[in-house]
Amino acid sequence: MAATVTTMKAPQAAQVRVPETPAELQRVPLVANLRGFGWISNRVASLSEDKAPLWWWILFVPSALCLGMLLFMLSYQISTGVGVWGNRHPVMWAWDIVNFVWWIGIGHAGTLISAILFLLRQRWRTAVNRAAEAMTIFAVMCAGIYPAMHVGRVWYDWWLFPIPNSNSIWPQFRSPLMWDVFAVSTYFTVSVLFWYMGLVPDLAVMRDRAKTRIRQFLYGLFALGWTGSNRHWSNYEKAYLILAGLSTPLVLSVHSIVSLDFSVSQLPGWHTTIFPPYFVAGAVFSGFGMVLTLLIPLRSIFKLEDLITMRHIDLMCKVTLATGSIVGYAYSMEFFIAWYSGNPNEQFHFLNRALGPYQWAWIPMVTCNVLVPQLFWFRSIRHNLVIVFIMSILVNVGMWFERFVIIVIGLHRDFLPSNWGYYRPTWVDIGTYVGTFGLFFTMFLLFIRFLPMIAISEVKGVTPQSDPHHPLGGAKVKEVVPQ
Amino acid sequence: MNGIAQAYGIVAEFTTASSVLHAAEKVRDAGFRKWDVFTPFPVHGMDRAMGLKNSKVGWFAFLGGVTGYTTGMLMIWYMNTFDYPIVIGGKPMFSPFGAFPPSYELTILFGAFGSLFGMLFLNRLPRLHHPLLKNKRFSLVTHDRFFVVIECNDPKYSETQTRKLLEDLGSRHIEVVEE
Repeated sequence: MAATVTTMKAPQAAQVRVPETPAELQRVPLVANLRGFGWISNRVASLSEDKAPLWWWILFVPSALCLGMLLFMLSYQISTGVGVWGNRHPVMWAWDIVNFVWWIGIGHAGTLISAILFLLRQRWRTAVNRAAEAMTIFAVMCAGIYPAMHVGRVWYDWWLFPIPNSNSIWPQFRSPLMWDVFAVSTYFTVSVLFWYMGLVPDLAVMRDRAKTRIRQFLYGLFALGWTGSNRHWSNYEKAYLILAGLSTPLVLSVHSIVSLDFSVSQLPGWHTTIFPPYFVAGAVFSGFGMVLTLLIPLRSIFKLEDLITMRHIDLMCKVTLATGSIVGYAYSMEFFIAWYSGNPNEQFHFLNRALGPYQWAWIPMVTCNVLVPQLFWFRSIRHNLVIVFIMSILVNVGMWFERFVIIVIGLHRDFLPSNWGYYRPTWVDIGTYVGTFGLFFTMFLLFIRFLPMIAISEVKGVTPQSDPHHPLGGAKVKEVVPQ
Repeated sequence: MNGIAQAYGIVAEFTTASSVLHAAEKVRDAGFRKWDVFTPFPVHGMDRAMGLKNSKVGWFAFLGGVTGYTTGMLMIWYMNTFDYPIVIGGKPMFSPFGAFPPSYELTILFGAFGSLFGMLFLNRLPRLHHPLLKNKRFSLVTHDRFFVVIECNDPKYSETQTRKLLEDLGSRHIEVVEE
C-alpha cells in the first residue's frame, strides 16, 4: 500500500501529503489477507457446490433422526393428550413455555445483527449476518411448536387467528397471549423477508456459477432475475435500510411482548416492570451465544478464517459480555426490589429461588449467565476459540435455566401452601426438547449445504478495493497480492 | 423482430470499482438516458455518479405501515367492541393501549411487505428473462467485474461513437448484446 495518500482535487495548491495512520491506530481489516472479489465468491459458493463432506453426513443423520423423534413425540402428545407432559397443578406452564421462550430468545441475535448493527454501521456484521438470520428463522420454528402444542387440543389452534370460532366469538385482544401471537408470527415473517431479500443477490451469484440445469433453474428462479443493475441496487439498498429500521423496533418488541405474558399476570416474580428490557437483553445474550456456538466450528471446518476473523469473534464476545452484564444487573435488581417493595410474597419468592427446592436450577443460572461471561473481559480468553466455544454453550445452558427458574419456581409455590407442588419433566418433555434440536440442526445443515452461508455481495462491499475512493479502490487485488 | 436478432445494447467491461465509477460519471455527462451500471455489490457513490434520484421505496413502506396500524386498531375495535363485546376482567371494551401491541406488530409486518414488494415493483422484478443474462461474459457481474450498458434505443446511441466513448473510458472489452 502507498505510504502516502495524495488528494487530486484543488489544482492551485500543491499536492497535500497525508501521513499514513500509525500502525496501532489502523483498523483490523474486515476481510483478512486482502482477498479479492472473485476469491470471496469462490470460497463461499464452493461450500454449497462441492460434494457434501463426510462430517456433514455425520451431523446430518443424527439430526434427521432427532427430527423424526420430535415428530413421534408430537404425534404421541396429540393422540394421547397434553397429560403426557409433566405439567401438573400448580405448575401448569413448564418445559413447553421454558423452551418456547428459550428458542425465541436465541432467535434474537439474528435480527439484532442484521438490523440493529446495520443501523449502527457495524460493517463487521456482514460476515455473520446470513448464518445468524438463518439461525433466527430455525430457532423461531422450534419455538413456534410449543405454543401450538401446549394448548392441548391442537386442532383448535386456529382460534388464535383473528377468525370467529364456531360460536362467532373473536379472539380477545386484552390478553398478552394474543399480542404474543402477533409478535411471534410477525417476527417470523419479517425475519424470513429480510433473510430472503439479503439472499437475492447471492442467489444470482449461485445462478451464474451453476453447472447443472437443475441448479441453474432453481437458483435462477429464486434470484428473481437479479442482474446487479445499479438502478436496482439503489432501490434495494433503500429497502434494506427500511427493513432494518422496521426490524429494530420489532426485535425489541418481540421479547418484550413475550415477557408481558408473564408480567401482566399477578404472580410474585412475574409481575415486574423490569421484564421487557431484561428479557430482551437475555435474548440477545443467548442469541450471540448460539451464533458463536455455530460459527466457531464452521469457521474452522470451512476455512473461513479470512472472512470471519478473530476480530469478529472478539466483537461478538464483547456483545455477549455487555448483555450478560445487563442480565446480571437485572437479577440483582429483582432481589433488591423484592426487598425494597416490602411485599412478603415477593420476598418469599426470591428467597425461594435461591434457597428453595429448585436451588439446583438457580445456581447454574447465576453461574452461567452472570459469572461465566465476565471472563470475556480478558482478551486472552476472547481469543481462545476453545474457551469461547465452551463458554458460548454455557451461556445457553444458563439461559435455559433462567427461563426454568422464572416459570417453574414462579408457579410451584402458590399463595396457599396446600397448592404447593414440585414439577418433574416426563420422557415426552425431554424427547420433545431434544427433538427440537433435531429440527434446528437439520434445517441449519441443509442451509449451509444449499445456500451461501456468508453474504457474498455484502462482504465484497466491505473490502478496501470496493470503495472507489480508497487507495486500493483502483487496484485489482490480484496485482497487490498474488493469489 | 422478423426473426432477426435485434441489438439490445453495448456492454463495456471494467475491472475496478473506481474505473466504473468514473466511466459512469462520463456517460451521465454525455447525456445518455437508457443506460445502467452493473456491479457485484452496491458501489459507494454510484447513485450520484449516475445521477439517480432518491429511491421511492420509502413511500411503499410508509403506506404499508399506515395500513398495518389502521388495520390492527380497527380489527381489534370491531372484534372486541362492536361485533361481539365480552367483559373480561373488568377491562374496558376497547383501549388504545391494549390494542397497541398487535397494531404495532402489524405496522411492522405490512411495512416490511411494503418495502420488499415496493423494491421488487420499482425494479420490475421478478424478471426471469433478460437479454444480458444470456451473455456468457456478463455473468461475471456477480463475480468480480463491473459493466456499463448503454441500450441501443437511447436517442444518443451510435454504434461507433458510443463504442469509442467507452473505449476512451478505459474499457478493455466491449461487445454488442442481442435482444
